[in-house]
Amino acid sequence: MILNLIYESMPQLLKSSILTIHLTCISLIIGACLALPLALGRLSKNRWVAGFSFAYVYYFRGTPLLVQIFLIYYGLPQIGLTLDAYTSALLSLSLNTAAYTAEIIRGGIQAVAAGEIESAHAMGLNRAQVLRRIILPQMIGFALPAYGNEIILQIKATSLASTITLMDLTGMARTLAAETYAPLEIFCAAGIIYLVMVFSTSKLVTWMERRSTVYRC
Amino acid sequence: MSMKKFILVFLGMMMLVASPALGADKIRIATEGAYSPFNYVNPKGELEGFDVDIAKALCETMKADCTLATQDWDGMIPALQAKKFDVIVASMAITEKRKQAIAFTNPYYYSVASYVVRKDANLADNVEALHGKTIGVQRATIHEGTIKEMFGDKVTIKTYDTNENCILDLKNKRLDAMIASRPLMAHFITHHPDAGFSFLLGMYNPVAAGIGIRKEDTELLEKFNAALDTIIKNGTYDQISTKWFGESLLKK
Repeated sequence: MILNLIYESMPQLLKSSILTIHLTCISLIIGACLALPLALGRLSKNRWVAGFSFAYVYYFRGTPLLVQIFLIYYGLPQIGLTLDAYTSALLSLSLNTAAYTAEIIRGGIQAVAAGEIESAHAMGLNRAQVLRRIILPQMIGFALPAYGNEIILQIKATSLASTITLMDLTGMARTLAAETYAPLEIFCAAGIIYLVMVFSTSKLVTWMERRSTVYRC
Repeated sequence: MSMKKFILVFLGMMMLVASPALGADKIRIATEGAYSPFNYVNPKGELEGFDVDIAKALCETMKADCTLATQDWDGMIPALQAKKFDVIVASMAITEKRKQAIAFTNPYYYSVASYVVRKDANLADNVEALHGKTIGVQRATIHEGTIKEMFGDKVTIKTYDTNENCILDLKNKRLDAMIASRPLMAHFITHHPDAGFSFLLGMYNPVAAGIGIRKEDTELLEKFNAALDTIIKNGTYDQISTKWFGESLLKK
């Protein structure tokens, strides 16, 4: 094991981890935007809306992300839709996290005490007001710990983007390992960077959790 | 289950897992299995190709008990060094850099590399036409370095796990061109005229492919060199080469 090699590979690995962070953040944002309507859809009394949301969530949670990426990257060109590698990765990561986040949000919404909702209705608030003022603020508190896990899983899931030519942290590590024949050192270095990313994320989420539940104490 | 029993069962399982490595007489050969027609996995799940035939012929000549397995290309040399297998027969070009890590037998074929484009792109028939284009190449191959040397920052390089995925993306038009071994691409162009690929003028990287063996396994290296000599002299080599390429690949 050559410690020097870990040190020397760092600049290139750090540069490529920008793409990893980028993919994580953008896909989480798109995923969250899709997740709220999906979660509400799962809880909807309309059979079609609930059915669609159910099918969506079960497809994306029930198949491996790698298969979804390959389907979009290698599969879609067969029917004439050729997306570039970045768009394919972002699309599959976003659609995938949307399904998981929807379930987290649904759990959070269902955890809100029924009595509070009933009282809010009794106070004369309409459904939109109840959602905005009573359900969603509490849902965030309930859902945050689980969502923190989802963020961490998403950071690691971006490594699959390396399978479709993207030079994210894993992609760069594989290239460097192949160039140097020193996979131990290079993948250790990449592992350290992932660890730092995951550790700081979990710290951030813990801090947010404390803030969001402050009123409950 | 008591602790003692558990430990015994555990040790027993470990021995079962470790036992294949103990069979000293078996030569474990690795190939990529995604480099048609040199080595690939057929629909039945069996390894086939020029490399595979050569490996089998060598084993027959040495009267050795060989096993063949696949290994991802970019981890080939580290896996050999980690003793996951003993021999690489995977169209690996003999380069100075690789020779620092492992030993090679005498060359078992010679080859060059060429750029391949889609005919419908109507590019001029020279490499200058590739400026500003996206070029695909298999990761950890000698060709990857060639693009960098020839074009520097003038082109966008995309690297692939396997050459097959690179071909797929040239077909899908995500790539404007790719570079790979000429005999391999010639085989592809002949057998898949519908893909509409053609060579761009120029040949690069004249290389010799060798069989990779760990540096300390000198005895095994000698055995392979002797067997290679035998199959070249007795005509087996020409027979295999003609079967796949219609000519001998031992001509420089």
